Amino acid sequence: MLNHTSLTTLFLGRLSWNALPLHEPIILYTFVGVAAGGIALLGAITYYRLWGILWRDWITSIDHKRIGIMYIILGLIMLLRGFSDALMMRAQQAVAFGDSAGFLPPHHYDQVFTAHGVIMIFFVAMPLVTGLMNFVVPLQIGARDVAFPFLNNFSFWMTACGAVLVMMSLFVGEFARTGWLALPPLSGILFSPDVGVDYYIWSLQIAGVGTLLSGINLIATIVKMRAPGMTLMKMPIFTWTALCTNVLIVAAFPVLTAVLALLSLDRCIGTNFFTNDLGGNAMMYVNLIWIWGHPEVYILILPAFGVFSEIVSTFCGKRLFGYASMVYATVVITILSYLVWLHHFFTMGSGASVNSFFGITTMIISIPTGAKIFNWLFTMYRGRIRFELPMMWTIGFMFTFTIGGMTGVLLAVPPADFALHNSLFLVAHFHNVIIGGVLFGMLAGINYWFPKAFGFKLDAFWGKCSFWLWLSGFWFAFTPLYVLGLMGITRRLSHFDDPSLQIWFEIAAFGAVLIFLGILCFIVQLVVSFLRREELRDVTGDPWDGRTLEWSTASPPPVYNFAFTPIVHDNDTWADMKKNHYARPQEGFIAIHLPQNTAAGFVIATLSAACGFAVIWHMWLPAAAAFAAMLVAVIVHTFNYDRDTHLSADEVRKIEGSRTALLANHV
Amino acid sequence: MSSESASPAGGAEAPRYYSLHEHHPENGTLLGFWLYLMSDCLVFACLFAVYAVLGRNYAGGPTGRELFDLPVVAVNTSLLLLSSITYGFVMLHVQRNRLVPALVWLGITGLLGAGFIYLEMREFAQFIADGAGPQRSAFLSAFFTLVGTHGLHVTFGIVWLVTLMVQVATHGLTPANQRRLMCLSMFWHFLDVVWIGVFTVVYLMGVLT
Amino acid sequence: MSSEHSGSLEHSATLEHTGTLREYVTGFVLAVTLTAIPFWLVMSHTFGRSRTTAAVILVLASVQIVVHMVYFLHMNTRSEGGWTLLALLFTVMLVVIALSGSIWVMSHLNDNMMPASMHGMHGMHGMHDMHDMP
Repeated sequence: MLNHTSLTTLFLGRLSWNALPLHEPIILYTFVGVAAGGIALLGAITYYRLWGILWRDWITSIDHKRIGIMYIILGLIMLLRGFSDALMMRAQQAVAFGDSAGFLPPHHYDQVFTAHGVIMIFFVAMPLVTGLMNFVVPLQIGARDVAFPFLNNFSFWMTACGAVLVMMSLFVGEFARTGWLALPPLSGILFSPDVGVDYYIWSLQIAGVGTLLSGINLIATIVKMRAPGMTLMKMPIFTWTALCTNVLIVAAFPVLTAVLALLSLDRCIGTNFFTNDLGGNAMMYVNLIWIWGHPEVYILILPAFGVFSEIVSTFCGKRLFGYASMVYATVVITILSYLVWLHHFFTMGSGASVNSFFGITTMIISIPTGAKIFNWLFTMYRGRIRFELPMMWTIGFMFTFTIGGMTGVLLAVPPADFALHNSLFLVAHFHNVIIGGVLFGMLAGINYWFPKAFGFKLDAFWGKCSFWLWLSGFWFAFTPLYVLGLMGITRRLSHFDDPSLQIWFEIAAFGAVLIFLGILCFIVQLVVSFLRREELRDVTGDPWDGRTLEWSTASPPPVYNFAFTPIVHDNDTWADMKKNHYARPQEGFIAIHLPQNTAAGFVIATLSAACGFAVIWHMWLPAAAAFAAMLVAVIVHTFNYDRDTHLSADEVRKIEGSRTALLANHV
Repeated sequence: MSSESASPAGGAEAPRYYSLHEHHPENGTLLGFWLYLMSDCLVFACLFAVYAVLGRNYAGGPTGRELFDLPVVAVNTSLLLLSSITYGFVMLHVQRNRLVPALVWLGITGLLGAGFIYLEMREFAQFIADGAGPQRSAFLSAFFTLVGTHGLHVTFGIVWLVTLMVQVATHGLTPANQRRLMCLSMFWHFLDVVWIGVFTVVYLMGVLT
Repeated sequence: MSSEHSGSLEHSATLEHTGTLREYVTGFVLAVTLTAIPFWLVMSHTFGRSRTTAAVILVLASVQIVVHMVYFLHMNTRSEGGWTLLALLFTVMLVVIALSGSIWVMSHLNDNMMPASMHGMHGMHGMHDMHDMP
């Protein structure tokens, strides 16, 4: 009864040879390059017999430090992909005037800007932020790991699998052409019948599960696992921002999950949530997606604020000015971020009363951020400032982000927004705050905590090159966009008729090249630091004269973080301990309980990616099989009650003893 | 940065900056699960919001008043409410370490839940057969999605319940299993809370207009 | 992450979250009552098909939700050091904002932008063709 065609359809859905980019040279060469690089990497791992270590120590690891590092590696790799999209856009917009159509037809250009946005937000910024919080928070609160170590591993692999799906869309099929939020009706089945929007939906749904679970994990960690004596108001400020960020994650991501599910129902089974007919209302999608979208940008920026607070305090040698007001400001931002979402669609037509309300709330939310800037400035005042790299990134941030914030306040005025909505001014504004705030914050955090993670500092020279190129590159790339936006030029255009605009786009392209060099310098920085690691070695565990608990551990910390759980008496716990001539204990070690590694997270996440891929291509039988396998894998995992192991007191003594010897030899 | 001097003077007093004993942080499972339930609450809030906005867009098709059979909904509601108290009995027996009664009441809870799902699927099938499927109008899309998502949650709850029955039967009422039973308890009651919203906003108010 | 040997700690920590028979039965009786009344109000058309009925059943639903929270979910200020209640209140606040905000925003959008109610757009004749726009 099942003939060959219907069997093929059941297994292969709408997947066919047409899905491969055989007629698109750019993508084809990219694929060849990626495949060659991939094979080389796999070959190298095999040659150096690293598979065992990779599997045991990284893929199946439930150690928050390893997972944090993997998140950051993922974010940095995806930065290369997202930035390639940016370079292509800048190149296209610099040449496509009048008769010249450029090299990217709209069909591709639209995918490029969509992929750029999706990748940068979901697979660069989110992993970098999550990775930093994962690595740092348990160390800062004196804990051995997060509250749910297995879930942590699972969360990472879900995020990574989401990224894999997005990357696959480059080579098998296409990506969405709708912009990073995929607004219907354009993203509905009528106007985007191909797989692009489905890739978008499923990669975000899978990554979203990972993010949500990670949010729950970190909240439970901060609430339940702080060292004795560490009350909420004695937590490091980065931990406070991490707490608020994860509250935002748990509170916002369910909305994204729901909205994308509704969009996929519209596309798959023909429901009428966001259609033009049969009672649908596309504006509801816009409303809901921004109820998620605005808290999302605060999810990105709050950890960056936390990073800067730690850095300013450390490199000025002073306690952070106005700790309590920083905490209140962060909490206020968390709550207010739910009351501003409509400012993303002032022009959709909700009228003066609604627009005024949200315009006012948007202006109000800038106040706590302003308070934070003043607190940082007051911390610097009369401090002994050391202009190490993290501090340089911080100064760059303060200058850049403040201006970006001000353009945001300008956009918060509905009449102004009516002229500037969806113009290049808007594009310049959000890049101003995301690059100036989030990205500078992540690079500052990486430079700051790298020695803790790996035991050696990052090379300062190449780091400074990277910094200056990023800073100047950003301003060259985006100032023209502010000008163009004020002139009324719309975003997301692949071609322009007016040649007098070209000079601005050429300056912007120059800025993009500077940033490209900045990224190259960062990569060189990593390589050179690795090669020079013995010179850059830090054996003390405290290369910056830090003030918080993570600097009391070895660099890198042992798997259990702290041989003895710290007891906290004051803010800036480590500074307090140093001031009181704390002596590191060298005996009396006890056995330590640790969770075991597990492959379950990797397995379940991979199955979910397979299921997602199958659903995208309407391969219903494989999709059902993958889903069933996932369910079985989850249930089987719950039958595993034997999840703990322990390190004996002897083993702990050996590890601590080797640190003692290290410290003694390098005094 | 830390000094390498010997242990603090006056060895009798406890060290100020670290604990000599193994520190057991409180288990975070129940809080973590509660936070997950709060996130699930927000998913449902989204679906309720969609229902509130689109729920009167009949597109010339059938309305709630025409479709909903309130006596059946009342029966469904009773089944779910009963299952809530039967789960309460489960936890009371767990408290007293009574394995078999706990398993019995778990089974009854599962059966009540299965009855709920059966009636709901019958309702859905009837609507679809009458041309009132989720594709007919935005109202019906919102109806099927909101009620269906709740039903999906109940279904997963039943799968979890059966799995947990096997685990409790084989491993007993260990602390880990008690935590799991507690989590399922929260999940089950939470689904009843959502159903209060559903039967009020969807069914009762749908019949009113 | 805890292991079996700390079982006694877990035992009491978990089970401080369960209730008593009296609580469950009280909650059940209240819930049944608070369910029966709305069903009866609607099915017997006591207030007619009016907004009064809607308001009453919404209030009763809210009360029943509180009943479930207190008697079945054992909601109190002490659970998890108050974090359970805090999380619930924060979630309720967000639910209220999302629901009321969406209804407010969407009703204004519908009034201003949907073709059926173009009363505010005098003289804009082309507007009725909006449904043809992609």
